[in-house]
Amino acid sequence: MFRPVVRLSTSGVRSLTRTRQCYSAPLASRCYSHAKVETDEEFDARWVTYFSKPDIDAWELKKGMNTLIGYDLVPEPKILDSALRACRRLNDLASAIRILEAVKDKSGPHKDIYPYLIQELQPTLIELGISTPEDLGMDIL
Amino acid sequence: MLATRALSLVGKRAISTSICVRGGHGVAKVDDYNPLPDVQFVTELSAVQKSLKEKEKGSWATLSNEEKIALYRISFKQSFAEMNEGTKEWKSVIAGMFFFIGMTGLVVLWQRKFVYGPVPPTFESEWKEKEVQRMLDMRINPVEGFSAKWDYENKEWKK
Repeated sequence: MFRPVVRLSTSGVRSLTRTRQCYSAPLASRCYSHAKVETDEEFDARWVTYFSKPDIDAWELKKGMNTLIGYDLVPEPKILDSALRACRRLNDLASAIRILEAVKDKSGPHKDIYPYLIQELQPTLIELGISTPEDLGMDIL
Repeated sequence: MLATRALSLVGKRAISTSICVRGGHGVAKVDDYNPLPDVQFVTELSAVQKSLKEKEKGSWATLSNEEKIALYRISFKQSFAEMNEGTKEWKSVIAGMFFFIGMTGLVVLWQRKFVYGPVPPTFESEWKEKEVQRMLDMRINPVEGFSAKWDYENKEWKK
């Protein structure tokens, strides 16, 4: 997960987990929630499974993508791969291109994330015949 | 946090489903940051667009770039680049700022000429010279302040 490195915000649940694992004897009791914290791998697996549903419908794709983009992170290539294949099953090329645009936008100032994602997704893009926004000249006005 | 997001999503869906969609371009409100909106941009497809949609069901590698762009434009009104494009509003803002500062300057000048009376005589050079001399004679702040900077031997300011 490409988490913002410097953030210790409440949305960064995983960073909270990491500090908790280093925590030895509790001197004072803290009011941490007792809910089970999801690891990065579990998060990724959950989303890959979500998009891998063979009979996923258009609404579920949209809902999934909008929710995923709403999170404070850039999705892993494997999640995007799963989402792009879902687009293929739904015969929706426009959404596939849109997903690529969205993750580029999501990376914000970290310009090295998007090229890495494209590099990782290259086999899938070639296999499914998806052009990147750059190929289509849509990244410029 | 999740609850508020769920609520806001419910609220947004309620808005978008209640909006009536006119042919061609829906009136669907663009949600704050949903990359895949509920309603596609072009709702009534022309014959060309319909055939393109049929071709989309086959291999995407056979589609030309123009066809891919056309498919994108059917679903989405603006690309991310177009959506995120800044306006030129800032130029108007700066221009307005300068204009009003200028207007204020004119008002201030007019005030000085027509509103304010003459400055008191105590500001005249001759008066000021006599005032400084009087202060030095009185030895105002002779240790570290005013008179301390005056060289009484040579009758000049200390270098």
